[in-house]
Formats: sequence, C-alpha cells, structure tokens
Amino acid sequence: MAKSIDVQDLDIFYGDFKAVEGVSMTIKAKSVTAFIGPSGCGKSTFLRSLNRMHEVIPGARVEGKVMVDGMSLYDPIVDPVEVRRRIGMVFQRPNPFPTMSIYENVLAGNRLNNKRMPKSEADDVVEKSLRGANLWNEVKDRLGKPGMGLSGGQQQRLCIARAIAVEPEVLLMDEPCSALDPISTAAVEDLIHDLKSSYTIVIVTHNMQQAARVSDDTGFFNLKAAGKPGHLVEFNPTKQMFTNPDSPDTEAYISGRFG
Amino acid sequence: MSTGSSLTPPPAVSARRGRLALGDRVFAASARGAGLLILLALAGVFVFLLIQGIPGLSVDPKEYGQGFETFWQYVGPLLFGTIFISLLALIVAVPFALAVALFISHYAPRRLATPVAYVIDLLAAVPSVVFGLWGGRALSQALKPVINWLGDYLNWIPLFKGPASPNGQTALTAALVLGVMILPIITAISREVFAQTPRLNEEAAIGLGATRWEVIRLAVLPYAKSGVIAGIMLGLGRALGETMAVTMVYSSSPKYMLNIIGDTSPQTIAANIANNYAEASADKQHVLIAAGLVLFAFTFVVNFIARWAIGRGERKLAR
Amino acid sequence: MNAVAVAPSTLAHPRLPRWAPLVVAVAALAVGALLGLILGWGPVAIVLLSGLLYVVALPAWSRVLEGRRAATDRLMTNLVWGAFAVVCVPLLWLLWNVVQKGAPHVTVHFLTTSMRGVFGSMEGGILHAIQGTVIVTLAATVIAVPIGLMTAIYLIEYGRGSRLAKVITFLVDVMTGIPSIVAGLFALSLLVLFFGPAFRAGIGGAIALALLMTPTVVRSAEEMLRLVPSDLREASFALGVPKWRTILKVVMPTAIGGIVTGVVLAISRVIGETAPLLVTAGYNDSMNGNLFSGRMTTLPVYIFNQYKTPGAVPLGAHAADPPGYARAWAAALVLIVIVMILNLIARIIGKIFAPKTGR
Ligand SMILES: Nc1ncnc2c1ncn2[C@@H]1O[C@H](COP(=O)(O)OP(=O)(O)O)[C@@H](O)[C@H]1O
Ligand SMILES: [Mg+2]
Repeated sequence: MAKSIDVQDLDIFYGDFKAVEGVSMTIKAKSVTAFIGPSGCGKSTFLRSLNRMHEVIPGARVEGKVMVDGMSLYDPIVDPVEVRRRIGMVFQRPNPFPTMSIYENVLAGNRLNNKRMPKSEADDVVEKSLRGANLWNEVKDRLGKPGMGLSGGQQQRLCIARAIAVEPEVLLMDEPCSALDPISTAAVEDLIHDLKSSYTIVIVTHNMQQAARVSDDTGFFNLKAAGKPGHLVEFNPTKQMFTNPDSPDTEAYISGRFG
Repeated sequence: MSTGSSLTPPPAVSARRGRLALGDRVFAASARGAGLLILLALAGVFVFLLIQGIPGLSVDPKEYGQGFETFWQYVGPLLFGTIFISLLALIVAVPFALAVALFISHYAPRRLATPVAYVIDLLAAVPSVVFGLWGGRALSQALKPVINWLGDYLNWIPLFKGPASPNGQTALTAALVLGVMILPIITAISREVFAQTPRLNEEAAIGLGATRWEVIRLAVLPYAKSGVIAGIMLGLGRALGETMAVTMVYSSSPKYMLNIIGDTSPQTIAANIANNYAEASADKQHVLIAAGLVLFAFTFVVNFIARWAIGRGERKLAR
Repeated sequence: MNAVAVAPSTLAHPRLPRWAPLVVAVAALAVGALLGLILGWGPVAIVLLSGLLYVVALPAWSRVLEGRRAATDRLMTNLVWGAFAVVCVPLLWLLWNVVQKGAPHVTVHFLTTSMRGVFGSMEGGILHAIQGTVIVTLAATVIAVPIGLMTAIYLIEYGRGSRLAKVITFLVDVMTGIPSIVAGLFALSLLVLFFGPAFRAGIGGAIALALLMTPTVVRSAEEMLRLVPSDLREASFALGVPKWRTILKVVMPTAIGGIVTGVVLAISRVIGETAPLLVTAGYNDSMNGNLFSGRMTTLPVYIFNQYKTPGAVPLGAHAADPPGYARAWAAALVLIVIVMILNLIARIIGKIFAPKTGR
C-alpha cells in the first residue's frame, strides 16, 4: 500500500554540523514528489533521513518527526531495518551486487525475509519486478548472467527492479538519472510515470525539466549561505512551482538566474 | 661531481652530457643490479640448499634414525606433522581472525577500531621465541585441566586419544600458540579487503532493509572471498615454517599419529631441524638441509598460490 | 503492477528494550557464578561460562521477540565482539607474564654481565647477547637496506611495467614467505661450502636476517616512492637535472620519512628471530665482538637456550623454578621492550615525516 509521509520540523546533523534545518512537508501517497535545489543544500541528506539511511553514517542524527501511517519513523520502538524494507531506495549510481546474476540481484531483498522461496514464486517475483522496471524484454534471455554486464541504464533499472521486488510502500530516488545517457533517462522517466499508480515516489533531481515532466509536487531546497544549513524554501504543486512560484528565490533558480 | 646547473649554454652540452649520461647509466645499472641480486639471492637459496641438501638423500641410513631406510621415509612423517600442526593452527586462527577483521572494519565504533588494529599489529610484533616461552611455561600450565578433561571424556576422538600429558606441553598447546601467532596476518589482509568493499554495494543492501550481518553477507563477504583465502594461505605459510613455538612447546617424534594431547606428538620439519642441528655430524647436516629444502619447496607453493589468489582478486576488482 | 501484497501495516515491530543486553549480561553472570560455585569451578571457567551464556541468551530472547533475522544479527554481533575479547586474552596474558616474571630479574647486573663462568644459581647476565644482537642486526641492516632500497628505486623509477620488474615484485612477495629457518639453512649452506661443516659465526646470522629483511624494505620503500608525486620529478627534469640526481635530491628526500619507518619496522621484525641464528651463529657464554669468527649469542637464542637448559633448582630453595627460566623471562622482557621501542620510533618517524597532503 502506498503511504504518505508527514515531515514536521526536521533538523538533520552530521556530528555537530547541521546540514538541514526546519523542514516540514506532506508527501502525498501515489504521487511523485521532486526535490530540486543547488548542490550541497541537503537534498540527498533529507531524502536519506526518510528511510533512516542517514543514521548509517557515524555521528549522523536527526531531530524532529517523520510520520508514516501515524507512526514516527524515529520512535525507539521502530526497527530501522523494517523502515528501510518498507521505504525502498534507488541511488545516484547504479549499484547491482557484482557477484550476483540478474536473477539473484532482483531477489536479493526477498531472500532476506524468505530464504526458501519456492522456485515458481521466485520466478514470478523476478518477472513481475523486471516487467515493472521495463527491463524484462531486454534481459529475459540472460537472467543468469552477471548484473554488472548490463549497460548503465539497464543496471539502474535493475536496481529499481530490485527495490520494487520487496514491494515497498515508498520509493526514494536520489538523482537516479544523473549517471545515464538521454535514452536511458527517458526509459527511467517513463518507468517513474508507470510506478506512480502503485507507489509513493520521491525523487531528487538536478534537472528542472525532469522535475517538471515527472512530478506532481516539487520542493525547492536552498542554502542561505555557504556553511549554513539547507532549508526548504517552497513546497507546492509542480505546475504552480514552474508557472507562479511563491518565492522570488524559486523563480530565480528555476529560470536559471541563480548564482 | 658536476653541479648540474639548470641552463647550460649549448657549447658545453656535448662534453657535459657525456658525463651526465654516464652518471645516469651507472645509477640505473646499480638499481637494476640490486633487483637482479634479489633474484639471484632467491635462486641462491635454492641452489645452495640443493648443493648441500642432495648429499643428504643418500647418506648412511643410521643418520635418518628411527630405523628409516631412505630419506623419504624419514621426511614423510615430518611433512605430515608440519601440515597437521599447521592445519590445527588454522582451525584455531581463522574464525577468530575473520571475526576480528570484521570487528575492525564493520563492528567497532570508530574510536575503537584504530587502537584495536594497532593491538593486533602488536601481537604480530611479539618475537616467536617469546611465544614459545609463554606456550611452554604459562599456557601449558593453564591448559592442564583442559587436556586432562579431553583425555578423560573425549578420548574416543583420535585427536584426544591420550593418555593426557601431565605437564600440558602438548601439540594442542602448540597449535593454540601457533594460531595466536598467525592470526595477525590473516586479520591484516582480511580487514583490508573487508574495508575495500564498495560503499555503494553496502548502501544497496542497507536500502533493501538488510541487517548489519546481512549487509556483510550480501555485499562484503562475496566480494572479499579471494582476498580472505589469500590471507589464510599466507597464515598457513607462516605456520608451516614456524620453528620456535613448536620446538619449545611440546616434545615430538617423527611419527604418523593423530594424538595431540599425549606426551609425544608428530614432529614438524622445522622442529626436527632445530632439535638436531647442534650435535649434527656433517652427514646429518646434509640430511637436515635436505629436509629444509622440502619445507621451502612446500611453503613456496603455498605462498605462490596465495599471491596468485591476491593477484586474481585484484584483477577481478579492476574489471 | 497491481495491488501490492498485504504487509503488516505497522512499523512498530516488537523490539528488545534498550536495557536488554545489560539485563541478560547480569543474568548470565549470576547463572554462571551460581553454577560455577555449585560445581566448584575457578573464576576463569565462570567468566567463560557467563560469556557463552550471554552470547546465546540474548539472540535466543531476540528470536522469540524480534524474529529470526534480528536474532541472527544479534548472534553475529555477539560472536564478533566475543572473538575480539577472546583474542585480547593471549596478548594481555603474555605481556603480563613477561612483565611479572621478568621484571624482578632485570637488574643492572643482569644487563651488564655475560654468562661467562656462570653456573648453578649464580646470577648471570645478557650483555653478550645484547652485544651479539646489536652486531648481527646491524650487519643485516647494512646488507639489506642498500639492496632493498636500490631495488625499490629500480621498480618505481626505471623498471615500471617491464617484465623484469614484474618478476622481481612477484618474487619479493614470495620471499616474504620464506620460513626463517630456511633462511638460516641457506646461510649455513653458504658458510659450510666455504669454511667447512663446523663453521659458526655471526655473519651467517646476518646473512640470514638480511634475506628476511630485504623484502620488507623493498615493499615499504616501493610504497613510499610511489607516493612521491610525478610533478615533482617532472619539475626537476624540466630544469635539466639528470634522472639519477633527481632521484637522489628530489625523490628520496620526499620519501625519506616513510623509508626510514619501513627500515625500522623491518629491523624490529628480524631482531626477534631465533631459528636462523640458532643454526648459523650458535650459542656462546662469553662476549664476542667479532662478526666473522666464533659463535655469537643473540637475545632470542639466549632465551631459547636458558629455556632448554634451565639448570637445577638451587639446593634449599624448594619448589622454586630453575634459574634458567627466570633468566629467560627477564631476557624476553628486554627483547619485547626493544621491539616495542623500535615500533614506537618507527611510528614517531612516520608521524613527523608524514606527507603533508592538504586535505
Ligand atoms: N557523510 C557526510 N558527512 C558530513 N557531511 C556531509 C556528509 N554528506 C553530506 N554532507 C554535507 O551535508 C550537506 C548536504 O549535502 P547533500 O545532502 O549531499 O547535498 P545535495 O544532495 O543537495 O547536493 C553538505 O554541506 C555536505 O557537505
Ligand atoms: Mg546529492
């Protein structure tokens, strides 16, 4: 089931360094939410705090609330491992497991919970996920080959297939197309569009057109000054953001009159 | 010696270049010579051991002792003992070495990891004769009850057939000491390959909702396999050649046997050499050197495989 | 894609409370102590049993409450920490033994006399062994360092990528694995060939140690030379400085800290070698300053010798250890201190000369 995420007054730290300050927003279920903003303003940091990947870095911590289903993700009774299974992530650079085949890569997450999945069920999951990631037709004849043998765009879609194979409720994507060529980028964008019907998708992008093309809502992050924490300037429906933004800073950034 | 000023006017060049080129040639040649000398030294190890060892293959059988007729009858049980004790040491060391390597690379808090790595290096710096002294005098005393217990209750296992040695100075003790000695080697290499696993793959596993152990199983261990194997082989190489810890900790004789808690246990090649070199006649010296050659050849093969595995791992990663 | 499978819709999994490890630890200790007292075990057995109980009890509780995966994770965490704790034991135990049994005997007399004419419970010393160690190790260094250093220079500055360089690199790696006793036998065969089967002298030990030291020197020097940025070399070449002077005046001074560290570490490695000296330099009770003639004792061989022939327990002092053991422990303490000091020096030099990367 796709879920919505409520963020309330979130501060994010690396040790003593406050990287992101005072973010509040509501990410709607079954929609695509895009984050834009200059480099270093904390988009990735914020995204990683939505599935508790942030705390993997030594010394990293957050203050504030991230609510999913009326439950705070950072409540002590919540298991971060479970959070990450429910809220999947796709990274900037494709990262299939190098020692595994395409087939095994797709199943990597499922195997964690269900070691002895029957062959037929496993085949179903692989096919469904690869179809979901628009990759099935390209790889169905070489499922036993290493995942590293695919092209960059195919690898990234394999990673998306791996992420959706465990049927998460939310899919976080951190600049998923920045390492891809335009054709692969178009393929991934189509895929995002398709996935929207079943997942809540949050995507960080550097590409304004991409944000405009794929997202329903957009958040603009910015830095007040170098060394200061990043913050959310504006969060609005994408249409409004790109035609009639609330903040002059947003307008400046979007129209390229920035920095 | 010329002072090689930077901008030499053209007329002087030719004379000067001759001298400089000579300097360069001499230096390059001596660097190359040093490299060749190392090759020569390694070849020399083989050649001299061969020259002095080959006569040992055909000496008067009484030099082999124990009623052995030929050199191979004599060296067989020693080679068995060497491999046997070394494998026992590996069984002791490998699980702990890998666990400690993981501890340093993935489990320990940052502040602890560096000092722990240093402590393990310290373990590697302790001279083997001190390990031997400790094994023979302290560890053996402490192990007496354990050895008695093994002899009483587990004597149906051939390794613990007994009768248990009353002084604790057994092959089991030596295997433990050897295990401690080779642990730092295996740990050092494994810890390096564990730390080299790409962060991206670990993040992929974390993002799928893997626990820390599952991250290690998914993204660290498969990647580190050949490096770990190489580390184990290097540890084995070290154990095969270790002399003092074995010589000082238990009394041994060249026999095929499995009992490791008795008064006497299988002897290793290194211990055989160390025990007999002192009162060796010229003939016996040849025999001992021949035995040393066998040990060398064997460790050479083991190390060769280890290096090859490391190289293969690196090539695989480079792809 | 249609309907995502029904997952339990709450994130609040049952989890062990934060204080669970503490409670389990206390309980394990209590149970261990109780059982130990009933069965009449010593403190070591009690601690071992309690540790074992803890390692399995926490995952067992987790298995019931949190499920298989969390339990496995906790078990592995416990095992890894446990293995670390176990590995610390022999090191601390050994150091403690050496200090406790050795320190009382390390006196000025012990450090300043040899074993000449010492018998029974007379107090001997290790001066001759220290002398031998210093001479043999220095000689080995004098042989190994120039060869090792020049080889490293060849590998980095001249031979890059050539087949010879590859072969040398590989064989240097293999050489690291030569058993030390084999190095000793090599030196022995060399000497015996020229001077007859009974020849024993410090030089044999020095040759064996040099053979063991060279690969370490090559590897560390190679690594240090590789760190020298090639801009530096090119800048020097651009000034018309010939290659060999560039290496001596520009490359070496940049890398010297690391190279010295490597050499000191190599010395600390071989200074504790016993087996090769046993077969080449032998044992001797008296001072001998001549590297080329006569048996020469080094500290490790001294320890081995005292251990092998500890002498008789002095009359009247019943149940005491034979005097040789005390001397062995004391000499072991001196040896360990020397090795640790060398390691410390290496570390300090490494720190001082550490390449200053502006990061
Ligand atoms: N692992 C880290 N440790 C410390 N600081 C970090 C780390 N990762 C990112 N930062 C800092 O946090 C801030 C936000 O970074 P990031 O979230 O990566 O920005 P973005 O993704 O918007 O480009 C930057 O100032 C960056 O230097
Ligand atoms: Mg980023």
